[in-house]
Amino acid sequence: MGKVGKIARRSFLIGSAAVLGGVAFGVYRVKTPYGNPLEDGLSEGAATFNPWVVIDGDKITLIGPHGDKGQGVAHSQSLLIAEEMDLELGQFETSFGKPDKAYWNTAMAEEGVPFMATDTGMVAESMRGVMGGVMKLIGLQGTGGSTSMPDSFDKLRRAGAIARETLKAAAAEETGINTTALRTEAGHVILPDGRRLSYQSLAKAAAGIDPVTKVTLRRPDQWRLIGKPTQRLDIVAKSTGTQIYGIDVEIPGAVKAAVRTNPRQGGGLNGFDATQARRMRGVKDVVEVTGGIAVIADNTWRAIKAAEAVECDWGKAPYPSEQDGHWAAIEASFTEDKLDKIWRNEGDADAALRSGAEVEAEYRVPYVAHAPLEPLNATVLVEEDGVTVWTGHQFPRLLQQLVGAITGHDAEQVNFINHYMGGSFGHRLEFEHVKQAAEIASKMRGTPVKLTYSREEDFAHDFPRHPGMARARGAVRDGKVEALDLQVAMPSVITSQMGRAGLPVPGPDSQIAAGAWNNPYGLPHFRMRAYRVEELAPVSSWRSVGASAGGFFFDCALDELIHAAGADPMEERIRLMQHEVSRKVLEAVAEMSDWGSPLGAGKGRGVAFVESFGVPTAEVIEVSATDAGIRIDKVWVAAEVGTVIDPVNFENLVQGGVVFGLGHAINCEITYADGMAEQRNYDSFEGMRLYQCPEIEVRGLENGDAVRGIGEPPVPPAAPALANAIFAATGQRIRELPLYHHINFV
Amino acid sequence: MELIVDGQRHEVDVEEDMPLLWVLRDELGIKGVKYGCGVAACGACTVHINGEAVRSCQTWVSDVDGPVTTIQGLGQPGALHAVQEAWVELQVAQCGYCQSGQVMQAAALLEQTPMPSDAEIDQAMSGNLCRCGTYPRIRAAVKLAAQKAQGA
Repeated sequence: MGKVGKIARRSFLIGSAAVLGGVAFGVYRVKTPYGNPLEDGLSEGAATFNPWVVIDGDKITLIGPHGDKGQGVAHSQSLLIAEEMDLELGQFETSFGKPDKAYWNTAMAEEGVPFMATDTGMVAESMRGVMGGVMKLIGLQGTGGSTSMPDSFDKLRRAGAIARETLKAAAAEETGINTTALRTEAGHVILPDGRRLSYQSLAKAAAGIDPVTKVTLRRPDQWRLIGKPTQRLDIVAKSTGTQIYGIDVEIPGAVKAAVRTNPRQGGGLNGFDATQARRMRGVKDVVEVTGGIAVIADNTWRAIKAAEAVECDWGKAPYPSEQDGHWAAIEASFTEDKLDKIWRNEGDADAALRSGAEVEAEYRVPYVAHAPLEPLNATVLVEEDGVTVWTGHQFPRLLQQLVGAITGHDAEQVNFINHYMGGSFGHRLEFEHVKQAAEIASKMRGTPVKLTYSREEDFAHDFPRHPGMARARGAVRDGKVEALDLQVAMPSVITSQMGRAGLPVPGPDSQIAAGAWNNPYGLPHFRMRAYRVEELAPVSSWRSVGASAGGFFFDCALDELIHAAGADPMEERIRLMQHEVSRKVLEAVAEMSDWGSPLGAGKGRGVAFVESFGVPTAEVIEVSATDAGIRIDKVWVAAEVGTVIDPVNFENLVQGGVVFGLGHAINCEITYADGMAEQRNYDSFEGMRLYQCPEIEVRGLENGDAVRGIGEPPVPPAAPALANAIFAATGQRIRELPLYHHINFV
Repeated sequence: MELIVDGQRHEVDVEEDMPLLWVLRDELGIKGVKYGCGVAACGACTVHINGEAVRSCQTWVSDVDGPVTTIQGLGQPGALHAVQEAWVELQVAQCGYCQSGQVMQAAALLEQTPMPSDAEIDQAMSGNLCRCGTYPRIRAAVKLAAQKAQGA
């Protein structure tokens, strides 16, 4: 039975925001044993059908618990619910909701399991089930790993269908007409005589009846919204400067804070002198925070300037102070005792390579920063009986726990109000800035504290993508690729990242091997060994994580082998491909790019294929070698996602992923000197600028069974496809990123 | 100091060298103007002064010698500028954080060069960084906005 709103009103959280209210049906308990967080603080006559739908007064609110970093997931989550609920865009509001166990991310657990995404065998499936169970126990709500659509696709459509059928049942009870004679359309239940009852008018009745648990999801040919071009719900706000991000939050009475912590990350603070800073206009206080200092002022610029004026005596970096030392540690890790796992071992690579190798090569990828355009920030108010946090974050429930541990509250007393994020690329999986804001706010209870990082602080304290090296030996035979022995060495990003969050993850790190092992090719002899380098500079997940490095290693090595064999790069990849759906991806990109058609002098084409996050993705890049340098003329992308949910956003995300992959491959690295990142702003870490951006043609394929996310998969093939194209155009084989060290670009 | 922002007169009591960006954001509460880099390397803070696109993070408030237009003065939801209309129609934004600056830069470009060539678009827009990589749509939206303005 549903619960009436007023009963639960007493359980209002401090400062609780946005969406609360409703009546619970409990329908979803079978699938969601955590209950419905929307039951808290219901208003009278309101109805909530499950953790994703609330009708309160004249307002329908759809909860999309995944954070929106720009990938448009607030829109696409609501599309899934609205599709089944028969709502039109404009008839509802959206909210990120409150952190809750009910929003656990099953798909994220699956991606952590070390089976190839193309392997749907029994072992892989049962292992995924176990991991999903673990995730459920800790109630981990998270956004990442391109999992939002895989996690949401069935769940949210079902949530919408339950709401629809329950509203129909309520209308049947009100009118005495059998539900089979009722239909729904545009936010209304339609009676046989054409009368229309709005969902809002039925909410109170719906709250009082048994829930409808048996629902049938619509067939794809019945979809009105899914797969159709729609206007993103946030597009007007984001075109008019009216979208509110975390950095725009203004709580009355808030002070502005800036931090400086040791740029030798983790090195600690030996001492500081804030005499000058304290005299500066608007400065209220200078306090110590973990690893550094914070200035509290009346204006963000004044706080940042004063923080820069504090003289700090920093401790030493707990990792090699110079970049050469990082590379030396990686180079020294191709040893038995550092072997993390042998991920593939087919045929007999040693025997095949005994008489020599046609290809012997070494590849490198550097540290790279996330550097989303909205600098890290957090506003925190600490009070006696609770804490409120305003920012954009990808791990709401971990955030609650970590903040509560600092302020002395239970996690449940931490009210987190998630915000649209000005990009992340993995940056907002981290907690340091939120913890610092909580530390400061803890020292001044009752006063909201808004912490904003300067761009320089943001770069200095990014935890960049892990660097890595690969060594490849390979053989060809009779014009075909015969053998590849690939070794990859990297620090473990999972150890570094999860360690900071207090979550040790045992076992081999799949992200050392990602992109390098999980290719569905059938080489006669293929061995892929992963080596774990000691922890160097602290690192974090960077859009596409390990695959951004592993894809470059594997695909470039394969390309070298194909050229050594004298074969065609596209034909040989297709010949070697064992996975039918992936073969179609290669065939699609070949057709789109008119692969094999004649090119003018000085032009070259490269292809790369990488499967990441369950999405087989192939890219062809065409370049021209001009007197001034390489010009990227055009990119074609084919990606298999099962179902394209939002075609406009899909194209935008794929194009953006290619730009992200290419921009960093060409231009970007983080290097350490004196223990500090040398690149501190966009002048020395540019990514891609508009003038370098090629035309990018995109095709989403829907041959697979599973729905997959497209946020990350377009990134990994970009760098190898470009390196392979440069080789085709110039004969120069570049095995190290960023490419600008070796060749000019126009 | 006196400032005219989006047609409104404001009196501010701040340091001469406070960047216009922080006067707009922290003193006047105009949040549509974004802080991205502070060194004129990203363009997120772009506003118009006397109709010219400038980086407000590198403009001392005391150097402002004319009326300031921000993204929020260019147009509003329901009363969009032609550039904003094109941005909405082609759904340019992903995270959207750079788009205030992109729109202001594009509006200034079209004011001076109503039908820009590809090279002129590249030239004018390459100082505005988009970390999400919406450049293909930005290019197309600048052209669409040019057409809209011509038609109007």
